[in-house]
Amino acid sequence: MIRFIFNKLLYLVPTLLGITIVAFGFVRVLPGDPVTLLAGERGISPERHAQLSAQLGFDRPIWEQYFDFLVRLAHGDFGNSLVTKKPVLDEFLTLFPATLELAFCAIVLATLIGVPVGVLAAIKRGSWFDQISMTAALVGFSMPIFWWGLLLIIFFSGTLGWTPVSGRMSLMFYFDTPTGFMLIDSLLSGQSGAFRSALSHLVLPAIVLATIPLAVIARQTRSAMLEVMGEDYVRTARAKGLPAKRVVMVHALRNAMVPVITTIGLQVGLLMAGAILTETIFSWPGVGKWMIDSISRRDYPVVQSGLLLIAGMVMIVNLLVDLTYGFINPRIRHK
Amino acid sequence: MSVLTRSLMAASIIALGTAAPALSKTFVYCSEASPEGFDPAPYTSGTTFDAAAHTVFNRLTEFKKGGTEVEPGLAESWDVSDDGLEYTFHLRPGVKFHSVDGFTPTREMNADDVIFSFERQGDAENPWHQYIPGVTYEYYSAMEMADLIASIDKVDDMTVKITLSRPEAPFIANIAMPFMSIMSKEYADTLAENDNMAQMNNVPVGTGPFQFVAYQQDAVIRYKKNADYWGTAPKIDDLVFAITPEASVRLQRLQANECQLMPYPSPADLETVRNDDNLKLDHQPGLNVAYMAYNTTMAPFDDVNVRKAINKAINKDAIIDAVFQGAGEVAKNPIPPTMWSYNDAIEDDSYDPEAAKQMLADAGVENLDMKIWAMPVQRPYMPNARRTAEMMQEDLSKVGVNAEIVSYEWGEYLQRSTEVDRDGAVIMGWTGDNGDPDNFLSVLLSCAATGEGGSNRSQWCDEEFSDLLAQAKQTTDQAERTKLYEQAQVIFKEQAPWLTIAHSVQYVPMQKNVEGFVISPLGDFTFETVDLVD
Repeated sequence: MIRFIFNKLLYLVPTLLGITIVAFGFVRVLPGDPVTLLAGERGISPERHAQLSAQLGFDRPIWEQYFDFLVRLAHGDFGNSLVTKKPVLDEFLTLFPATLELAFCAIVLATLIGVPVGVLAAIKRGSWFDQISMTAALVGFSMPIFWWGLLLIIFFSGTLGWTPVSGRMSLMFYFDTPTGFMLIDSLLSGQSGAFRSALSHLVLPAIVLATIPLAVIARQTRSAMLEVMGEDYVRTARAKGLPAKRVVMVHALRNAMVPVITTIGLQVGLLMAGAILTETIFSWPGVGKWMIDSISRRDYPVVQSGLLLIAGMVMIVNLLVDLTYGFINPRIRHK
Repeated sequence: MSVLTRSLMAASIIALGTAAPALSKTFVYCSEASPEGFDPAPYTSGTTFDAAAHTVFNRLTEFKKGGTEVEPGLAESWDVSDDGLEYTFHLRPGVKFHSVDGFTPTREMNADDVIFSFERQGDAENPWHQYIPGVTYEYYSAMEMADLIASIDKVDDMTVKITLSRPEAPFIANIAMPFMSIMSKEYADTLAENDNMAQMNNVPVGTGPFQFVAYQQDAVIRYKKNADYWGTAPKIDDLVFAITPEASVRLQRLQANECQLMPYPSPADLETVRNDDNLKLDHQPGLNVAYMAYNTTMAPFDDVNVRKAINKAINKDAIIDAVFQGAGEVAKNPIPPTMWSYNDAIEDDSYDPEAAKQMLADAGVENLDMKIWAMPVQRPYMPNARRTAEMMQEDLSKVGVNAEIVSYEWGEYLQRSTEVDRDGAVIMGWTGDNGDPDNFLSVLLSCAATGEGGSNRSQWCDEEFSDLLAQAKQTTDQAERTKLYEQAQVIFKEQAPWLTIAHSVQYVPMQKNVEGFVISPLGDFTFETVDLVD
């Protein structure tokens, strides 16, 4: 098992190195540079432009800048933002818990609803439930997130007034946030009503972010279940007279879960993409919005190190998913 | 951070738990973006100025609320020598800096603070010049303060003398700008002693109407009233900026009373605001101009008659209706009508396609192909450049001109539009920094601003026009300056380096119970006069 984990970790190194090249190159390929954007309509003379570029080290050969970036990374230095001047790692650590909390709630929501719906649709294949839920999943999968988020805000926050419009916490409350996870910090604060407020702020963004993964998980569960239900061992289990519930829950579901867990693991990467839009709509102070702002400002250090950190987190989650496989399917562990 | 926030938390728990919360007035502003930092000098965005300069800090001179005239700030008064080179500022006595965790001022504001605030930006040897690696002072550089200021001297504790290298009438307005905020030297010294200089950009200490409390990145900024404020004390106790980047979400929050005031509504939402019984809408013409700059060095636009003909071919009223949806007015001059020295006697080029066609024929131009550059982003002076360009394209086709619309990513657009041999007329605009006409005319149209990287995107260099600007800059008598600028506007209209498009109107939606908010023509959002009434 330890060797299995070690091997997986070893694979991360070339992947991360590849990400540094992509992240470093990507933001520099974009037209426009931070110095020009800073000057805005006023314009900037070529002399001043050169002077500022030199000050920021952008005048050096690109490979030298890249090498410098790697050396700093090796020393644990992720650089400073050109805009806020703060260390990129500090900003990431401040903002990442917000994204993690949102993404975690979204994936839990998507799994808790998606898997039962998929199982039920498979068992009752062809029924009205199957038809309706799979159509809904198709709609959910094709939903434009931005429009969907605004629609929910207008209906639930505007018309009904049930949920707050945006943000993470009612502005009435003010307390320290040692963990960065509002659900936990609000409990720690001991202020009555704070947890409830955190939860109510989380509902809509979590639903919006969960929409696409939910649809994918439901469809994947359904097709995996259908496949497994046709297997010989399921027929055998039925033939020996096991109760239908036990056949489905133990024999079929456990085997169907392998591709479903893969799907859930893959959704984590997609959640990061969804988080960018969701965070922007709901004024959610996470890393998605941070990336978007930094790209539009051409804040090179933030984009290159931020992408690396986010990708690193996604890879760790995928590694954890791989490990879960081992528990569910011993064949993988022993290979 | 944790020590600070913990002690603040304790304070707020006490405030929430024991004192009756109804007694404290909290005002929430749904701001449009996160501030870049809390030291106003290195930054150029209005968001940062609202979050730092206008709340926490003051300057020697200040812009009058709701206007562009300059009034005394931390300087009670000032004298200017006859040659216009020596400015002697008499500082306001009894002004206190804020106290924050780890710093309590032991003295009141004095000449040392003023000198520190200037020198750290201009003097590369000053230890505070590079207090964070990579920090630059863009406004200080853009307003040419380094060349302009020959020396700063402390006459006594409460008197500072600034000597200029040349007479410069807009100087008094320049130092009212956010980048010239007065910082506490004592605070800086304390931070330097503790080897914690970067904190200057995280926890600001100023003399302003509100005191900084805490910032949760990209989410919330909290301030409390400065009880010792030297001016009229704020009427609200707590001020909160709830950062909400999406305009339609800002409106939803406002409607839900999660905040009481919001900036920059999208034009399409104005009707919703008008129809909501709980909201009201305030508006004022902004200090801005949208224009299309011809490249006056490239044929056939080097011919004034061709430029005039194109100006006559475009129906600006239709653009105001369709693109600005009424939130703008047709521009005829390069400066907005709210600015002093605006020459209202000037007549705009009237919309007349027939005359335009004739003028083009007279100039020997047939089947003209031209490019119109449209920026890809919304700007305060231009809601939709693409749509504007499309309307121009259609108007031009009626006079036999074939226009092609081009666009680039914003950063590239800014850069490429300054190229001397640029092909095409470029849609651009400007928002004033300091309410001085020189800040429009010299920046956008003088000979000095031509060339690559310059802000004169028409590459138009008229000696007579530039001479008038130079004269006006050296005269401190405003009546005389007005005359010179009025004359300059006449030359501008005759020579038509631009098609002047519009001056946009700024709308501010707020809750009905908000009183005392004053819209600033400079685009600032300030809250020291704001109150919530029942």
